[in-house]
Amino acid sequence: MRTRPLLAGAAAFVLLAGGIAYAQPPSGIVRPTSESTRSPLELGAQLFAGNCASCHGSDAAGVTSPPQPGAGDIQGQGPSLRGVGALAADFYLRTGYMPLANAHEQPTRRRVLLTSAERRALVAYIASLSPGPGIPRPHPERGSVSEGMQLFTQHCAGCHQVVAQGGVVSGARVPPLTRVSAVEIAEAVRIGPYVMPTFSKRAISDDELDSIIAYVKSTQRPEDRGGWGIGHVGPVPEGMVAWLIAGIALVIACAIIGTRLRG
Amino acid sequence: MVPSGSASPRSEVVVTLLLLAGAACAIAFIVIYAIDGLAHQTQLLGLAIGLSLGFIAAALIVTSRRLVVTEEIAEEYPEPEHPDERDAIVEVVHESGDRLTRKRLLGTAAGAAGGALGLALLAPAASLGPALETSSLYRTPWLRGRRLVDDKGRPLRADDIEASNFYTAYPEGADPGQMSAPVVVVRLAPAQLELPPERSGWAPEGLLAYSKVCTHAGCAISLYRSPLFEPVQPGPALVCPCHYSTFNPASGGAVVFGPAGRPLPQLPLAIDGRRELRAAGNFSGPVGPSWWGVRKGRPT
Repeated sequence: MRTRPLLAGAAAFVLLAGGIAYAQPPSGIVRPTSESTRSPLELGAQLFAGNCASCHGSDAAGVTSPPQPGAGDIQGQGPSLRGVGALAADFYLRTGYMPLANAHEQPTRRRVLLTSAERRALVAYIASLSPGPGIPRPHPERGSVSEGMQLFTQHCAGCHQVVAQGGVVSGARVPPLTRVSAVEIAEAVRIGPYVMPTFSKRAISDDELDSIIAYVKSTQRPEDRGGWGIGHVGPVPEGMVAWLIAGIALVIACAIIGTRLRG
Repeated sequence: MVPSGSASPRSEVVVTLLLLAGAACAIAFIVIYAIDGLAHQTQLLGLAIGLSLGFIAAALIVTSRRLVVTEEIAEEYPEPEHPDERDAIVEVVHESGDRLTRKRLLGTAAGAAGGALGLALLAPAASLGPALETSSLYRTPWLRGRRLVDDKGRPLRADDIEASNFYTAYPEGADPGQMSAPVVVVRLAPAQLELPPERSGWAPEGLLAYSKVCTHAGCAISLYRSPLFEPVQPGPALVCPCHYSTFNPASGGAVVFGPAGRPLPQLPLAIDGRRELRAAGNFSGPVGPSWWGVRKGRPT
């Protein structure tokens, strides 16, 4: 047996097989058959049963601790969704936080695998379980950016950084707010997802929330006065240009100038 | 005299052109500066002045290499004529004079410099802390019965404190700028509390108050970790943004992470007849960063 063609063949096979395996779209969502014929509530119930019930319980009452273990006797997986309303369901599904693969890890923004119709159906289903808050309709154009900056600095900047670039807290990452929409901000403030505190209307009124959203939106498109933003990397670019580009150029120039004439 | 070098009209032309280019770029800078509302004005300004300096530098380089004539001449040192006389004079110089030889002078000066430097390096020890006068550090504006107010002076009501949120409060009538003034108020479920036995009454209805000043380096604690679903998420914690000292409010402010060396001082709370929050005493420990002997006193 000649080894080189054999190795080449094995490598080609591995690459092809890997390519074929990855060529399928990642599904991750369990869908009922004949979606189009179902009413939204029925579709929502089916999607819930297939994707959410293992952590949130088949009746959405949560899987918290004995005597209610979840599928496979999992304990302490997901909170009850009764009474959370369309507000929380819409937030978690719109951002891709849910479905969550591992209940112990922090939810992060990921690609939403549900279609819009499926998402709306799930939200309607969860909202129908028990009365809860609806999806908010913020009006950032009515808010004031300067007031929003003061409120954001007071309530939010400790964790999210003063221009919403995010950071850390012991035990959690604090996401940057560079790509969030106004509705998501309004929802997150009222929910307090993961380890974020909750701000009720008494703490931050709807008008104040409009101002905060206006401010966060303004940080997403900052005016780069007088210079290149360079991706808003921070104070790095000036130093980088000075040390790595100008410094090296100057040293090379000195070397060229100082070269002695030979002969 | 240095013989004149060969004429180099080409280099002269190059130098002239470079200098004129530098002048043109400098004038371009002035023009760009004067035009209002030019797009990318900052970048063009930088380019103009940078090129101007670059051209002038190039002109100087060409001048020094091509137009300035240099000559290297080597001349040997002459042989000494009377080596014996020279040695005798050197010896006289060495032995001459007084007690203050050069060696002794230099040695004394070096000793003075080293000693003074050593003293200078030790001097900052005087700033290590108020080793002698520490009673002022224990004083706080809190006393039994003092109401908690927010930053606008409105009293804090127990029913306004919602779970999963955190509030900052100050003593009524006192200077809010004092380090021992601000407190953080949070509400936890009473069943979650694990306070030390002597503080069992310090948290009515699960309301807790802690000093807002971190016991590590004095930053304001402005982060609150408040889990939505406790069984799988990290528990509630007050976190300082400077070095991430993390304090557990359920267990009396104990340090669970970070460089803080003392637990966060807790303020006992009481709810009065009008459901407003009042302090029921002073802090459980001194407020702010630690000092030598900090655990020996109590806040007053």
